[in-house]
Amino acid sequence: MTKILPIGVLLGVTAVWWLAASGSTIFPTPPEVLRGIAGLATDGTLLRHVAASLYRVTFGYGVAMLLALPLGILMGWYRTAFTAFNPLVQMLRPISPIAWIPLAILWFGVSDLSPMFLVFLASFFPMVLATTSGVQLVEREYLWAAQNFGITGFKLFTHVIIPGALPTIITGMRVGLGVAWLVVVAAEMVAINSGLGFLIIDSRNAGMRYDLVVAGMVMIGAIGLLLDLVMRRLEDLKEVRWRYARGR
Amino acid sequence: MGADVSVKGVWKRFGAGDGEVSALEDMSFTVGVGEFVAIVGPSGCGKSTLLKLLAGFEQPDRGEVLIDGRPVLAPSRRGIMIAQRGSVFPWMTVRQNLDLALDGTPDPDRHQIIAQHVNLVGLAGFEERYPHELSGGMLQRVEVARALVAKPDLLYMDEPFGALDALTRLSVRNELLRILTRDRPTCLLVTHDVEEALHVADRVFVMTPRPARVALVVDVTAPRPRRMSSPELVGLKERILTELGLSAADVT
Ligand SMILES: Nc1ncnc2c1ncn2[C@@H]1O[C@H](COP(=O)(O)OP(=O)(O)OP(=O)(O)O)[C@@H](O)[C@H]1O
Ligand SMILES: [Mg+2]
Repeated sequence: MTKILPIGVLLGVTAVWWLAASGSTIFPTPPEVLRGIAGLATDGTLLRHVAASLYRVTFGYGVAMLLALPLGILMGWYRTAFTAFNPLVQMLRPISPIAWIPLAILWFGVSDLSPMFLVFLASFFPMVLATTSGVQLVEREYLWAAQNFGITGFKLFTHVIIPGALPTIITGMRVGLGVAWLVVVAAEMVAINSGLGFLIIDSRNAGMRYDLVVAGMVMIGAIGLLLDLVMRRLEDLKEVRWRYARGR
Repeated sequence: MGADVSVKGVWKRFGAGDGEVSALEDMSFTVGVGEFVAIVGPSGCGKSTLLKLLAGFEQPDRGEVLIDGRPVLAPSRRGIMIAQRGSVFPWMTVRQNLDLALDGTPDPDRHQIIAQHVNLVGLAGFEERYPHELSGGMLQRVEVARALVAKPDLLYMDEPFGALDALTRLSVRNELLRILTRDRPTCLLVTHDVEEALHVADRVFVMTPRPARVALVVDVTAPRPRRMSSPELVGLKERILTELGLSAADVT
């Protein structure tokens, strides 16, 4: 049932798309898109573009995680750190990463670093926010118990604060990866000449190949789904199951 | 083992303005080394608040809470709380919870001490389970085992058997009494069960409704093990229930 239902919905939407697009000149049909994907796959372009996008996301997101988690933990635990950094974070957060594109190109040129920087910006803030509130929401009862048993210093963080905040942190990591994937495509449309975003814009510019435009979109969606499935596996860890008591 | 407790003119309020709630007003009492005191009183009167002050989780607004004559400024391993809401870490297995509570114990002994306490509360075989995989009563027993593992001088128990069925309640209580005769910590037990209080305690404090004060102190001198049907305990039970505004006829 849990497998049939989503597959059924996907097939249904594809059928509606097919019906609506047949005979239309402004919307490619599913078979045309499939042929497009097959064509890109056989000559190796697809793999090259997918690898380029994933590579940029991995680095941008990885660096964002390395910085966001410690900062979030500090801001969540130490009042002074929160007071000091929260206004800055709240001010930078609403600036869309897209708005940074001109500066990114100015600073990093047309290189992998530009999209990486934008991916970093996009995923950093959701992860800081989630980590901060995760730490702030660790229940008093657990902190009291920790103090009671003499758990202090580094051990307090590794054994109580971080595990207590982990479910929220993981949610933040999921959101962060989602927007990272969103932003890498946008960045590749303007700031570089490879990747799925470039594939889409290039297919249009080079020959009005809208079948390939949609093929690129479908690939982005499919990879996004895979990434989220991987992240959701984290929520199945025994260490965090307590937070999702209702199960799935 | 054990320590003495002295509460002197303690006040505790929560909130401010219209929402202000006075939980404790001018509370005073002492508890001797190794003594077992049970506390009964109406719901919301301030019993948990009192234990939190004793454990150092909260500070009094006025007055002093002294352990062995020294003010309690912060929680410590000397006085362990068994919390009403439960505070077993849900992200750790039963074994990891007990292990964390052992702290400085040398490695070779740890395994044996954990096994012993897990057996004691009847949870052998559940060491590798996570709290969300246990029943409410099993979880409360983990809470008790974790507190005992730390070998505290003072044990603060806030409704530790609340989620247990009557039968398990009795057997865990008896087990607990057995361990307590081994370690002899000073005990303060909050319970809503008057019979339980009379079964285990040297003295029973009966609290007034909020703000809590000690309305009545009952000395329980009956020798242990106690039979609840003994005329002495039946009489004491009636006195306590009357103080709480109930008569034995209301309950039995
Ligand atoms: N942190 C807090 N903030 C505000 N009010 C509080 C807080 N802790 C306790 N109170 C209030 O203080 C009063 C006493 O609470 P307490 O938990 O000590 O009651 P209790 O005697 O343990 O009740 P019960 O038997 O139901 O557990 C209650 O009115 C409660 O609402
Ligand atoms: Mg209470």
